[in-house]
Amino acid sequence: MELVMTPTEMQVVYEHPRSLADVPTRYCPGCTHGIAHRLLAEAIDELGLLERTILVAPVGCSVFAYEYFNADACQAAHGRAPAMATGVKRMLPENIVITYQGDGDLVSIGAAEIMHAAARGEQITTIFINNAVYGMTGGQMAPTSLPGQKTTSSPLGRDTHLTGAPIRMSEVLAQFDGAAYIVRRSLHDVANIRKAKKAILTALKVQMAGLGFSMVELLSSCPTNWGIAPEKALDWIEENMIPHFPLGDYKVRDDVKAL
Amino acid sequence: MTMGRIIINRDRCKGCTLCSTVCPQNVIFMAENQLNAKGYHPAMLVDPDGACTGCAVCAVICPDVCITVYRETTQRTKAVREAVTI
Repeated sequence: MELVMTPTEMQVVYEHPRSLADVPTRYCPGCTHGIAHRLLAEAIDELGLLERTILVAPVGCSVFAYEYFNADACQAAHGRAPAMATGVKRMLPENIVITYQGDGDLVSIGAAEIMHAAARGEQITTIFINNAVYGMTGGQMAPTSLPGQKTTSSPLGRDTHLTGAPIRMSEVLAQFDGAAYIVRRSLHDVANIRKAKKAILTALKVQMAGLGFSMVELLSSCPTNWGIAPEKALDWIEENMIPHFPLGDYKVRDDVKAL
Repeated sequence: MTMGRIIINRDRCKGCTLCSTVCPQNVIFMAENQLNAKGYHPAMLVDPDGACTGCAVCAVICPDVCITVYRETTQRTKAVREAVTI
């Protein structure tokens, strides 16, 4: 029997999500920002939220996130995406407001903004990309850098006596009553990427139901600033980051479980 | 075995190799002697025996959303889908 294998006769099982703009990104090869963007776009598509989504882009590598999504978007001052999102959501409560922030943005200069947004129980969703380094500015030490991690501003490795230990933001934010859904996932392999997408879907459903603040932390790679190949960078997440940033559900309120 | 096919957007690929490392059938390779418009060695499907199952693992890990996955619709899956929709 002759097999005719043309795509037109076959069913599409995976394609470019509608919410993601069809443009090349400026991310380095192998950077998992692209995966996180795609997961968020797929979640927006599946819940049919594209027409009423407003994205707040941060400062960092993902500063151009507003160009990569077909949703409406604005860009906040460094670390202030939750503050801007608060204003947007309060004025336009029918819209779905999502901030997309990195660790240099959210854990460092924006630590106060994210904590107060969580404490107030703002009806926003935050996608938090944790790659343990400042990416855009050239690989400096971030508050999430691991003990002993070599970066351009800690060339001998992070000294915890001098600079403290990594901040685990999901654990911190889980303490606030206003936070409804706080989880940490990883993007280092296919199974974990699928789990991450489920978490993003749940986080968006929390906002749709108006239950409170929701955040998904995604352990992410930075092959360029870590100085290793993309494939090895994914192994590095598993071997080094996950022991410091354990994956799991840090806050799933009972009303979220009932969703 | 279900037949699959992938189409890689050559000029969007940044040659990060992640798809080739996760492919369970080992049918994705980096085009070592070819360059795309961006100057990377793009990923390509080398599948003369039709081993690709359309499992979409490559597309799930691709950071640049270059891969579209197609899977053959068999009579059985068609029947199952119709039974579910009715």
